[in-house]
Amino acid sequence: MMGYYLKLAARSLARNPGLTSLMVLAIALGIAVCVVTLTVHHGMSSNPIWWKNDRLYAVTVDAWDPERPANEKRPALPPPDLTWRDAEAITRSDTPQRAVRMFKGYGVLSAGDPASKARPEQVLARVTTADFFDMFEVPFRFGNGWKSAADTGPEPVIVLSEEMNEHFFGGADSVGKTIRWDDREYRVIGVLEHWHPAPKFYDVNNGAFDDPEEIYIPFGWTDKLELRSAGNTNCWKPEDIQSFADFLRSECVWLQVWVELPDAAARERMQSYLDNYVAGERRNGRFQRPNNNRLTKVDQWLADNDVVGNDSPMLVALAFAFFTVCLINTVGLLLAKFLGSAALTGVRRALGASRKQIFLQHLTEAGLLASLGAALGVVLAGAGLWGLRIMYASPREGLTGLMHVNAWSLVITVALAIGASLAAGLYPAWRVGRLAPAVYLKSQ
Amino acid sequence: MLVMRHISKVFRTDLIETHALRDFSLEVAEGDFVAVTGPSGSGKTTFLNVAGLLEGFDTGSYSLDGVDTSGLSDDARSRLRNEKIGFIFQSFNLIPDLDIFDNVDVPLRYRRMKTAERRERITSALDLVGLASRAHHLPSQLSGGQQQRVAIARAIAGDPKFLLADEPTGNLDSLMARQVMDLLEQINEMGTTIVLVTHDPELARRAQRNVQIIDGQVSDYRPYESHVRPVREAAPQAAGATT
Repeated sequence: MMGYYLKLAARSLARNPGLTSLMVLAIALGIAVCVVTLTVHHGMSSNPIWWKNDRLYAVTVDAWDPERPANEKRPALPPPDLTWRDAEAITRSDTPQRAVRMFKGYGVLSAGDPASKARPEQVLARVTTADFFDMFEVPFRFGNGWKSAADTGPEPVIVLSEEMNEHFFGGADSVGKTIRWDDREYRVIGVLEHWHPAPKFYDVNNGAFDDPEEIYIPFGWTDKLELRSAGNTNCWKPEDIQSFADFLRSECVWLQVWVELPDAAARERMQSYLDNYVAGERRNGRFQRPNNNRLTKVDQWLADNDVVGNDSPMLVALAFAFFTVCLINTVGLLLAKFLGSAALTGVRRALGASRKQIFLQHLTEAGLLASLGAALGVVLAGAGLWGLRIMYASPREGLTGLMHVNAWSLVITVALAIGASLAAGLYPAWRVGRLAPAVYLKSQ
Repeated sequence: MLVMRHISKVFRTDLIETHALRDFSLEVAEGDFVAVTGPSGSGKTTFLNVAGLLEGFDTGSYSLDGVDTSGLSDDARSRLRNEKIGFIFQSFNLIPDLDIFDNVDVPLRYRRMKTAERRERITSALDLVGLASRAHHLPSQLSGGQQQRVAIARAIAGDPKFLLADEPTGNLDSLMARQVMDLLEQINEMGTTIVLVTHDPELARRAQRNVQIIDGQVSDYRPYESHVRPVREAAPQAAGATT
């Protein structure tokens, strides 16, 4: 009978194309809004390195102002960044399998070959220790990252993003070639594949949804070149900072520190190391706030730093509210349509259709309508996400990296849409099945 | 055989109660052609709806071809209706966006017959009403008389024991009406029991037996044995007596 019901449903929908289009559009719009919002929400709330969630830890300690917390809204949290000396001391521990200290820098990148016609680019740099690439599983197209000896050297080596390699070397293997960053030459030792962790979990305090940096430089260049941060540098204490060395000794926080700990025992050892270090500093007059030495997993780190804003769940709720309104409208239109053809239903009942058969026939029509709505909804969602990409288009992608339809939100929303539309068809289908056929047979 | 005993049917609203059938009793034997007449509002249509299992009743009993219909589920009533009863309506009630073939197919679909058997039954029913060549026309492409013949084909395609016809010629001119009545007589002669509700005394006279309903009751109810007669021969006399 299902084939027969489908045939009847198709004819019924074709009988009134205006009304059918209106219902399909209502469902499609609801779905499209939900897919777009869910996609953005999913992108903004996901953990881009979930498979290492139990191994990677952001390290924070609270050397902030004894009188007030670093974050007034969340007073329990220490500052997200560290001072130079704390970062250096913490990464000296031999407990972590890998450890990274780093910051966001900037400068002008230009071609090393004077014959090159590539124009110079102002770029953001990740100034980091060697473990960054292995710890965060950064994919390489050509070459590799550097060894820790390059940090201590420091060696003039550089890793380029895929985009910068495209810009300066036309996408070719540039390993071994030379490129200039500000007034120094560096040897290219690696080129990344397209890599866009969203959110940028390893530095959420400096644009959680920004693109990753375009170049990567050994951390050892920081004090040699007196590199300044292009991200946030926060200080709480009036200090006499006359030189870069003064700045490095100051209580200003500007460095991110991450460690990779393979198991619970390593985590415990690292926590003890932190506690001991802070206790020692406390004896020297620092760390006057309550003990707050943290090793924070990535998912908790994203939550602590409000990477998923309150407006994102709110938008999802609004999108579903809109979808509900669309479905209620569809229920109304379906009810009007089904009751409008009550006389034909009466004829079918007179010819032997049971209430159940009438119910299933109309439910099939609602299901077909829902499927059409879902199909159009997916197309509209694609258009919506494409529109968002256009709106946010800029040399740096920013949020648009999140705007790809992902299977997760698509499957959830389409399943939900078909389920909800079928549910929406339940009442009209039930109502029409309950009509007394005799009333309508005379009036047809 | 259709047997109704002491049936009552009341329609209630907040303000009034309408007794559509009261202590209604009627028997129709297999092979009968019964014309049911009566003034407007007398309960003819309610009788037909109850007889056709489209409506229930409040008290009394009704058995159709030996099946007691009281207490049947909707599924069982629908199945019984589908297998035993064919309906013919005044306004034809064809489904406008199905062609003639598919219209005749409707009751067979609900019987879940195999495709080949359905096709055979549809073709022979359309042959009988003389419309086999129009099988793929839409109802709107046919005249009123032709549409009613399609409705008759639809009613008989499932080979029901009873045909219930509600003013089947009410929307037709006299020539077409006569053709439809001829067709109904032909079907009756093939063994199908017909109950015809009509206002038209001339049509009623063509039935084997006339039943008049007044105020929800059969005005001249007699047990079945006492009124059997070969009406076809008697009908012209009756017609002569009233004209």
